[in-house]
Amino acid sequence: MAAEHDTVDKVTGKSTTGHVWDGIKELNNPLPAWWLYLFYITIVWGIGYVIAYPAIPLATTFTKGLLGYASRDVIEQDMEGLKAIRGESMIQLASAEPAKIVADPKLLGVARALGKAAFGTNCAPCHGQGAQGARSYPNLNDDNWLWGGTLADIKQTITHGIRNENAESRQGNMPAFGRDGLLPKADIPHVAAYVQKLAGRKVDGNFDLKKGEKLFAENCAACHGDAGKGMIEVGAPNLAADIWLYGGDHATIVETLTNGRGGVMPGWSGRLDAATINALTVYVHTLGGGR
Amino acid sequence: MSAAERLEEPEDEVPLYAKRREVYPQAVSGVFRSIKWTVLCVTLGIYYFLPFVRWYRGPNAPDQAVLIDFPARRFYFFFIEIWPQEFYYLTGLLVLAALTLFLMNALAGRVWCGYLCPQTVWTDLFYAVERMIEGDRRERMKKSREPWDLERIAEKVLKHSVWLMIAWWTGGAWVLYFSDAPTLVRDLATFQAPVVAYVWIGILTFTTYTLAGFMREQVCLYMCPWPRIQAALTDEHALNVMYRYDRGEPRMSVKKAEQARSSGEIVGDCVDCNQCVNVCPTGVDIRHGAQLGCIQCGLCIDACDNVMAKVGRPTGLIGYDTDANAKRREERQEPVYRIVRPRTVLYAALIVGIGALMLVSLLGRASLGVSALHDRNPLFVKLADGSLRNAYTVRLINKTLEERVYRLELVGLPQGTHIEAVGTTVSGERSVLAEVGPDRTRELRVLVTVPKGITEPSVPLSFRLTDIATGAQATVEDFFKGPGSGQ
Repeated sequence: MAAEHDTVDKVTGKSTTGHVWDGIKELNNPLPAWWLYLFYITIVWGIGYVIAYPAIPLATTFTKGLLGYASRDVIEQDMEGLKAIRGESMIQLASAEPAKIVADPKLLGVARALGKAAFGTNCAPCHGQGAQGARSYPNLNDDNWLWGGTLADIKQTITHGIRNENAESRQGNMPAFGRDGLLPKADIPHVAAYVQKLAGRKVDGNFDLKKGEKLFAENCAACHGDAGKGMIEVGAPNLAADIWLYGGDHATIVETLTNGRGGVMPGWSGRLDAATINALTVYVHTLGGGR
Repeated sequence: MSAAERLEEPEDEVPLYAKRREVYPQAVSGVFRSIKWTVLCVTLGIYYFLPFVRWYRGPNAPDQAVLIDFPARRFYFFFIEIWPQEFYYLTGLLVLAALTLFLMNALAGRVWCGYLCPQTVWTDLFYAVERMIEGDRRERMKKSREPWDLERIAEKVLKHSVWLMIAWWTGGAWVLYFSDAPTLVRDLATFQAPVVAYVWIGILTFTTYTLAGFMREQVCLYMCPWPRIQAALTDEHALNVMYRYDRGEPRMSVKKAEQARSSGEIVGDCVDCNQCVNVCPTGVDIRHGAQLGCIQCGLCIDACDNVMAKVGRPTGLIGYDTDANAKRREERQEPVYRIVRPRTVLYAALIVGIGALMLVSLLGRASLGVSALHDRNPLFVKLADGSLRNAYTVRLINKTLEERVYRLELVGLPQGTHIEAVGTTVSGERSVLAEVGPDRTRELRVLVTVPKGITEPSVPLSFRLTDIATGAQATVEDFFKGPGSGQ
């Protein structure tokens, strides 16, 4: 600042820079010392940080820093800590039979909480957040089970799945009676009408129910039973309950009879640990329909 | 001629910025000083030692009289235990506190500021330490002008150490309200306390040290909203610390006053000794009248009374007085004190009313409770035999300190309806038994099954909770949803 510009402002008693715009003078207010020193300290801190911590990205890697800090290690430590907290309960959940878990109020609470979370992540995409099901994915709240609703049945289904490449998975198919020529196409509507009658539905249209009943006894009763009550060993649904996986209207039943059905559920033994599978078993069982 | 030279600044322009004037309050003794010492001891004593007071509640609850238990989400105050959903009691307390502040203001102005406010109390304590170590007003002023020497450095170090210790203890006492005090003290001493405890002690040490040691009267002058609100709430009948113009003026020194009196002139009692300014913790001159900076602590009354006694004039030149009386005295009328006024009656009535309301609701509150949340997805489930089922998440509340057995009973819905709940014993078609631990809640998954034949989309029902031992009851209403309810 040239000396001839140095003037002193009367009000504040501070020197000015000599710049004047429309009569407004610019006071010479340097940065406060404490601010300036903090700024210098942050620079020193920044240099220290770059040396000590991972900081600068390189082409394929990055500078690691002298302290060996890595955020992934921190996450792993946190996960270990979580395991330690859950510890005893998780061991018990993994080793105990589901029936034991249900009998122990404390374990039951843990299993239901863990099961609910696991269900939301793994099962809800097909079965729905509340396990309410959807077309071709069964509702797990009711007591109408395709493959059995005991704790052991449910655990078996979750572990190995249904009709998948795993040899231990549930097997059993609804044949394609129409497509494969097992039944004449003209007879199928009569069988479908009889199935509707079994479920207690009103049958619309002119169908020969006697013929339907005869054909049902010859072709369907082997799996579904004479009264259509189903057979969980082969996953044959109870046709008398009027609870439908694909639909109970005449056209849908005709389609089922014609092309067969074979819904698939993956097995979870490879993806979920024993504790989670037990928790899911208990959770699904206690949704209300468990036997 | 440059632009700067042409534009002359007006000479009488007052800048908006005022530099702080350092205040060096002088020691004083008297009635109000004694009151202030007493209030200081009582309030700080309560604050520092209350966490150590024990209150036995039984084996299932902490035995600390006042405890804010965040992990367990409980607030204990002697015989009262507050759950988070009863937080409205705090709202009630805050309303009561505000009304009490208004009532104090209507009766005697800024009583709060002068005697009770933490800023006043801790600043007073810090001034006492300063005075003890560095000497009284004159010495401190003299020392502040002199160059540094070893003795002064030693004094400063000692003063700030004592201040920091008080501040640290203040922070330490604060965290004791949030955990079992004796345990936490031991953990703090052995460096095993949670980090959050040390952080909060640090924060409160810092705020106490800066607010009471450095900012002092500036908090009242620039930061605190109460002086602004108070000025809008006050009236001419509120008692305030006031200088009696009618008696004091014209003021002059003792010598001049003697001469003037002997020659028969009118002489005021004020001898202009400035003692009232010297003792003031905010550095105001009370003789300028009521002002924002005056916290009405009454120390100038003590100082003036001492001087009046010495010069042989009646005391009370500065004292508690009302604006209305100041006017009356000027007109040579007797002072009138009106304590019972519409606003004091209104504030008192509101305090009593709200206090009674809170007390009644506190004493009458139920120790059990029930709430229900209907499953949203699915709203209802059809079972194999055609019956319908709804599921509910029902929460049972036990606010007592013993385990209780509840019967949860279904009321409403047709014959043949039954309920079950995961993890409970069934006791009859329509009820289940559930134990709930002491001072706990329990969440149940409750299934209500109605036999085939229900056609309405929505049927009202209620869950009735009964304590088996005492017969106390609570009820919550909900609905049973069926086909046609929109799904």
